[in-house]
Amino acid sequence: MEEFIMLSALQHFTFCPRQCALIHVEQVWTENAHTARGQQQHERAHGGGTEERGGMRTMRALPLVSRVHGLMGVADVVELLPDGSPRPVEYKSGRAKPRLADEVQLCAQAMCLEEMFACDISAGFIYHSASHKRREVQFTPELRHAVLDARDGIRELLRTRVLPLPAADARCELCSLKDECEPFAPRDFPRGFDPFSTRLEE
Amino acid sequence: MNTLYIQTQGTYLHLDTDNIRVEVEKERKAMIPLHHVESVVVFGNVLLSPFLIHKLAREHKPVTWLTEFGRFMARTETPVSGNVLLRVAQHACACDMAKALSIARFVAAGKLQNQKVTLMRSAREALDNDPELLRQAAKEINAQIGCLPLAETVDEVRGIEGTAARIYWEVFPLMLRQNRDFFWLTERTRRPARDAINATLNFTYTVLANDCASAAQSVGLDPQVGFLHALRPGRSSLALDLMEELRAVTADRAIITLINRSQLTPRDFVLHEGNTVTIKEDARKTILAHLTERKKEEVTHPLTARKTPLGLIPHVQARLLAQHLRGDRAHYPPYLHR
Ligand code: SF4
Repeated sequence: MEEFIMLSALQHFTFCPRQCALIHVEQVWTENAHTARGQQQHERAHGGGTEERGGMRTMRALPLVSRVHGLMGVADVVELLPDGSPRPVEYKSGRAKPRLADEVQLCAQAMCLEEMFACDISAGFIYHSASHKRREVQFTPELRHAVLDARDGIRELLRTRVLPLPAADARCELCSLKDECEPFAPRDFPRGFDPFSTRLEE
Repeated sequence: MNTLYIQTQGTYLHLDTDNIRVEVEKERKAMIPLHHVESVVVFGNVLLSPFLIHKLAREHKPVTWLTEFGRFMARTETPVSGNVLLRVAQHACACDMAKALSIARFVAAGKLQNQKVTLMRSAREALDNDPELLRQAAKEINAQIGCLPLAETVDEVRGIEGTAARIYWEVFPLMLRQNRDFFWLTERTRRPARDAINATLNFTYTVLANDCASAAQSVGLDPQVGFLHALRPGRSSLALDLMEELRAVTADRAIITLINRSQLTPRDFVLHEGNTVTIKEDARKTILAHLTERKKEEVTHPLTARKTPLGLIPHVQARLLAQHLRGDRAHYPPYLHR
């Protein structure tokens, strides 16, 4: 049987395959301010347990699994509507990420919930703690495809264990692994870098 | 990057909210915010509370215990992510003759280049006939650098490095301009040191080697499995490899500076019966304080082209080596000081 893929890995992979490999293959992790804030946020959301308010139940830190798709992880928050249907809400501390990384993660949560609750889920929410705003995300066929593509990409990554080349673009400015990744350093010796040079500088 | 060195005997360190509280004989001497400290190095009889050790371990900040005179005793193994794939790759490369040779050659090249730079820099400041002799030595080291690409075994690389070392140590005293007759180096010896220069070199190298071992550990490398240095039980071969590129430009340069500014003088040493020498505690403090200051100095890393504090160079190099070992980088780029 194939290994289950972590939901958080889907987010990393969609954002940048190299970031995903650094975390899940190379196990590099930096606790810079960015991730530290995210962690606190998660700890609060992951307190666990259920709460009820105005007919709506809120489940925190709900373990998720999809045997069909081979996915597993934990949802920050799942809201149960009065009719009993679940709806995932993902908490994010930073700005919205390019490349639908957060959307893919949220959609994957929904795909797990669909299997666990035997239901259909058409949309969920991403809550941005900076702006205290939640936005709705539609789980379109394209987004569902992107989830499975990312899953397959990660499986390949875990099999080959080869670190993809750096993205070296605007994503790197948002990336907490920039120091470890060295995205802009030359991959081999740049011009003029010669350890065997016998020049004598006066 | 900030290492907290504690060498006053009988000091007690403990956790006080998010600070390290330093006490000597129940009297509070200092409060150091934890976030200012990257690692802790203690010499001899210094106590750390278990809670402080736990806290430092959780934050991946290693603690190192040395004897009062700087010999390595123990280091905490922190629950870092520790990449087992990296360890396996490191061990495989150490057994692969071609790969080990390539790394050893670049490490040695870094060392020789930085010896050359150090000699040339001193030549600019030296007097009388010394500049000529220092330049001559630099030229001879150049010839050895020229031999490195031709070396076919790690043993040959070690031979070249040894030749360069003889050239370098022969002229080393010419870089000293104060108390020359006292600080005369006849021969480079390890422990026990027979003269003041050797005692100072040994002490400074231990401190530097420890920084390098911590850097290796923190990127997930095994500090004991090196490439240029032969594997030997109890030896941190990789830490010594990483240190090669830094010996001349950090440790040696520090000693030269301290002696030339008369911050280290004959009075700082105790000569024992039977020809051994130890450094007095205040002088060790002076050396550590100077090394700490130097670590803050920014250099432009020749590969990343980024301004980097000198104290971070062991980490950068350990990371570059890890990238090479895991196939993310074709060659290991040594640190070339400018
Ligand atoms: S720094 Fe850039 S290339 Fe490296 S992991 Fe982050 S986003 Fe990817």
